[in-house]
Amino acid sequence: MAELMRASGVKKRYGGVTALHGVDFAVEAGRVSVLIGENGAGKSTLMRILAGIETPSEGEVYIDGEPVRMNGARDAAARGIGMVHQELNLCPNLSVAENIFLLGSRKALLDRPREREKARALLARLRQNIDPDRRVATLSIGEQQIVEIAKALAEECRVLILDEPTSALSEAEVEVLFDVIGDLKRSGVGIVYISHRLEELLRVGDSITVMRDGRIVARAEAADTSVGWIIEQMLGEEGRLERADTPAPEEGETVLAISHVSRPRDRTSAALHDISMEARGGGIVALYGLLGSGRTELMEVAFGARAASDGTITLKGEDITRLSIAQRVKRGLLFVSEDRKAQGLFANLDVGRNMAVSDLASFAQKGVIRNASEQGAVGRMISRLGVKTASARTAITALSGGNQQKALIGRALMPGPAALLLDEPTRGIDVGARSEVFATIRQLAADGLAVVFSTSDVLEALAVAERVIVIAKGRIILDIPVAQATEARLIRAANAAAAA
Amino acid sequence: MTEGKTLTMSGAGQAVGKDYAMALLLKFRTVLALVLVVAIFSVLAPNFLTVANALIMLKHIAIVAILAIGMSFVILTGGIDLSVGSIAGLAGMVAGALIINGLPLTALGVVVYPSVPAVVGLVLLVGVGIGLFNGLLINRFQVAPFIATLGTLYMARGAAMLMSNGETFPNLIGNPALGNEGFSRIGAGLLLGIPAPVWLLAVIAAGAAFVAGSTTFGRRVYAVGGSERAALLSGVRVTQVKYAVYAISGAMAALVGVLIASDLVAAHPASGESFELNGIAAVVLGGASLTGGRGTIVGTLIGACVIGVLGDGMVMVGISEFWQMVIKGGVIVTAVVLDRLQERLG
Repeated sequence: MAELMRASGVKKRYGGVTALHGVDFAVEAGRVSVLIGENGAGKSTLMRILAGIETPSEGEVYIDGEPVRMNGARDAAARGIGMVHQELNLCPNLSVAENIFLLGSRKALLDRPREREKARALLARLRQNIDPDRRVATLSIGEQQIVEIAKALAEECRVLILDEPTSALSEAEVEVLFDVIGDLKRSGVGIVYISHRLEELLRVGDSITVMRDGRIVARAEAADTSVGWIIEQMLGEEGRLERADTPAPEEGETVLAISHVSRPRDRTSAALHDISMEARGGGIVALYGLLGSGRTELMEVAFGARAASDGTITLKGEDITRLSIAQRVKRGLLFVSEDRKAQGLFANLDVGRNMAVSDLASFAQKGVIRNASEQGAVGRMISRLGVKTASARTAITALSGGNQQKALIGRALMPGPAALLLDEPTRGIDVGARSEVFATIRQLAADGLAVVFSTSDVLEALAVAERVIVIAKGRIILDIPVAQATEARLIRAANAAAAA
Repeated sequence: MTEGKTLTMSGAGQAVGKDYAMALLLKFRTVLALVLVVAIFSVLAPNFLTVANALIMLKHIAIVAILAIGMSFVILTGGIDLSVGSIAGLAGMVAGALIINGLPLTALGVVVYPSVPAVVGLVLLVGVGIGLFNGLLINRFQVAPFIATLGTLYMARGAAMLMSNGETFPNLIGNPALGNEGFSRIGAGLLLGIPAPVWLLAVIAAGAAFVAGSTTFGRRVYAVGGSERAALLSGVRVTQVKYAVYAISGAMAALVGVLIASDLVAAHPASGESFELNGIAAVVLGGASLTGGRGTIVGTLIGACVIGVLGDGMVMVGISEFWQMVIKGGVIVTAVVLDRLQERLG
């Protein structure tokens, strides 16, 4: 098998944090090499190194057996390496054709008719009927993903890196993508494929490589593996989430009730169709769904960060549908975003100020913050949640992901909420910290809170919640007590609905 | 049934038609504003719509437009250039100093008096140099464009004042013995009865529209403004693009400085003050977004026409200077509100 590209002994450090501890990884002509691992396992870092966007701290990258130092995406493209990034990287102000040929050509003048024609041909190859002249801002997320793929195909590439290319695609679009991957394989292109959808990986992959904590922990031919094997390798020993022995807390009154909520899909978010669910005091509800299923939208609608076009939301019996976020917070509904960096942390503030911000009024007299009372409350919250920080004055950015998450949960607890919405609380934190975060969540429920958390990990849902709700394509597919839920049943429900 | 269907369909057709008309109206709002402004002043001031007045106005428009075209490239990348007015002032002073005092080459012990084309070339280099300095602050030291160019605004203005201790360089007619006469022809000259700055504007506008719309460089400018990250990951050399746009803006500002000094046959260190605001206003009136990625050179040109005609017209009609400011501000705010409206509909 012809090897196109290889990373050998690649290490990558960011400041004091090591993202990759000496990784070996090869890309072979005409084969799909799948890379899988949890968030933060180092997959994306490895891909960015292969794509020339980052340089390794140690180790070498070889192309055709020659060691290379690539200098940016353009250099990589010149060597025939293309990448489709997980987050969409298109210019919304430009047309589809302009985005596909963002660099223009090597000549100074643009050849618009030719660009348009080539763009149309590329989109036809992807079996898409997208007008090359449409502005990207007017496309749906799925269509944008297709354009992103077309863009990577526009360059004659020998190595194509696909980082979660299907996260925003419909089932039909996924089929098309797989056909295209088949074509590319036959023409000898080496493909690196990252995804979290396990069944998909086994279908499209030739070899499976599992990463954990910056290391490659297992490698096998796809034909010899199973979903179970992959999960086992991904989680490792310490990652196994055991269900707590403590008896399920007594469920209380309904605290948060969502009934018949709908909203249309827009450019950046999924639609919701007639969603009804409730969360009781002392109970934990897991909202299980894949990326793009509507789980984030549902939480944001409940919290008031997005408008619902239909339906009502009540908190402790009071209709809060028309209330602002601030009014909902005041009434005891709090939310922790999945996007810690952009929507959670104040990177410029210390741990204490990050936590106190949700309840400043109670620390202040006539608008002046009483430091003693703020510090006291913050200190109590830090010890209650076991946030590992040198002090409340430590910069929040100095904390590990897991402790940042605990601090944010602490922020949400400061005003003494009745219900807590946690959107993917374990995103981007390591496996050890994950069980701590869940221990915290269980404790909160035991204290009488109604907790709803979203996850794309079945095992998380099964290990923590009393009730599991499966959401897909903006609809609730399943709403069952955890006793009736099995891994297979949940995965099947989510995938069947996504396929429909 | 059939009747109901037809009714709905015609209703929908009307709604679409109305939306379409609205969208069209919004799209050409700057042109409409220009037509409106010209119409109003034609009625109010009898000698507004004469050839002589039109030529004077065109000359004023050229000053705003050339500056604004340079600014357009910067704004298209999502940046801003506040230093242009000061660069214009400094450029005029450098031109004046070169014509009156010459270029002292201390190493050789001689003073060289460059010819007028050489003076213009050197002054443009000064503009490019300041633009590159802005680019250095923004690229290398990650200074926000607003602050970086605010800094150069003060520095360039101070430098202009220092060149002559705040005095004017008068009488820039040159000396036949030194071979540097003819400076005044750049700003005050006529070709086929049309002022030279207007010709210059025509050439620059056509060139800039071509560069922005039809070259790979133009594409990259729009890409950087649309999503810097996407541009970077696509292999666009983002820092090069940014250096280039600030250099272009600096050069255009310097040219404006030359035009003013040449027209007045004198260089005053305070000239060009607050021109950056007119430039930004013209770009925004032309439909560009200050966050980058959206706007056209033609739009900027029309925006500059609105600013120019509005300014001259209000003077001719005799509106007080204070009301002029209020009205100008109102026009700018209205333009941006309409722009937001168009974004939502589009």
